[in-house]
Amino acid sequence: MAINTEKNSYTVIFAVLMVIVVGSLLAFVASGLKPKIVENERFEKQQNILYAMGVDENTGEGDVTFIPTTQVEGEFSQYITKQMVVTGSTATEKDNAYLIDVQKALAKAKSGEDAELPLLIGEKDGKTFYIIPMFGKGLWDAIWGYISLDDQMVVQGVYFDHRGETPGLGANIKQRFFMDDFKGESIMDGNNYVGISVAKGNNDPLNNDKEDNEVDALAGATITGNGVSAMIKESVKLYKPYLQTIRKN
Amino acid sequence: MALLNKKDSKLILDPLADNNPITIQVLGICSALAITAELKASVVMALSVLFVLSVGNVVISLLRNIIPSKIRIIVQLVVVAALVIIVDQVLKAFAYELSKTLSVFVGLIITNCIIMGRFEAFALGNGPKKAFFDGIGNALGYGIILVIVGFFRELLGSGTLFGFKVLGDPVTKTGLYSLGYENNGFMIIPPAALIVVGIIIWVQRSRNRVLIEEA
Repeated sequence: MAINTEKNSYTVIFAVLMVIVVGSLLAFVASGLKPKIVENERFEKQQNILYAMGVDENTGEGDVTFIPTTQVEGEFSQYITKQMVVTGSTATEKDNAYLIDVQKALAKAKSGEDAELPLLIGEKDGKTFYIIPMFGKGLWDAIWGYISLDDQMVVQGVYFDHRGETPGLGANIKQRFFMDDFKGESIMDGNNYVGISVAKGNNDPLNNDKEDNEVDALAGATITGNGVSAMIKESVKLYKPYLQTIRKN
Repeated sequence: MALLNKKDSKLILDPLADNNPITIQVLGICSALAITAELKASVVMALSVLFVLSVGNVVISLLRNIIPSKIRIIVQLVVVAALVIIVDQVLKAFAYELSKTLSVFVGLIITNCIIMGRFEAFALGNGPKKAFFDGIGNALGYGIILVIVGFFRELLGSGTLFGFKVLGDPVTKTGLYSLGYENNGFMIIPPAALIVVGIIIWVQRSRNRVLIEEA
């Protein structure tokens, strides 16, 4: 049977059928795979948080190596001793605080409302780590991450990730050569809160100067770098009232 | 060769050089500029396009007699978008690490003009087997240029290949850097890709004069 594909009625029917078929196919695939995807995302969060406090499988120089997904749940409950939510200067314990939507919580707190900001406390080798989730924007899309501080407000580790930064340029924020530079930098300048800047004119590619609140920028990724600076500054600032209560000099 | 007759192998081999989608058809330039700052991204993008273009070409070719011509562009867009999204979801569920690397490219694949171009120019008028070979050929032709551009940009811009420091360490001044060599920062920004693609086109046309258009 030859079909007249030029007829308007045929075109409309074809379009309707196509939308129904493709729509239900995508819905079917999405709902079928959702539990698996949610679990993967939860493991990833745990891996990232542990990475920020130095629990990873990195060897020498090279790539970022997380705790494998098969073990991450056990390691997470071992190293993360308290999960808290911070409101103003008070922190209360809350189960699974790490699953709180950071983007929403930070936005709420920024607009001046009372928000429950997640904070994780980790213990490793007798040391306490305060791990703060961050959220900001890079050049193309969202960037986020975790920063772990000790009670002197010195960075113990960071993890950054992004949704759509340019591969080879802005996407390098999640490479070790960039993230490792943050270790040892302080977010304080004397008694003033300054955050950490990703600076172009840092003239310190080996990052020997840990007193300058600066790390070396990525060539070709100025806007992503500025986004990282702003993300750290704005996110950690919301925790300032609480951090002041735990800070030791 | 029994598997591929002359016509079929021509479909695969032609786009590699004399009818290359980037250098001759000038399609897919946008992604060639965007993601070739490092070799790894080039390879990943080439493989993704290989999959989407070969499967998409077959789907469009199978549907070619029932697609209403008035809305064919929309149908093509729906097919490629659905394919890419399904692949992305499946990877997210079963190969999460890989999906994170690929997610940046998903949007770029859907809007890649090579895919729409081949659907429109070839798959709508040919059978599924031919369309499959055409898809593979064009994706490989695209991939070759991507890899060449990625190779030079990563080598000259960052001094690395696949992330390995092949020229020594620029910070501690070892290898070539001890002689005073410096990375060319220009190579890692997108305009450099335009220049590298331009040089490839120049070399290709000076070797094969048939390709030069009449002025």
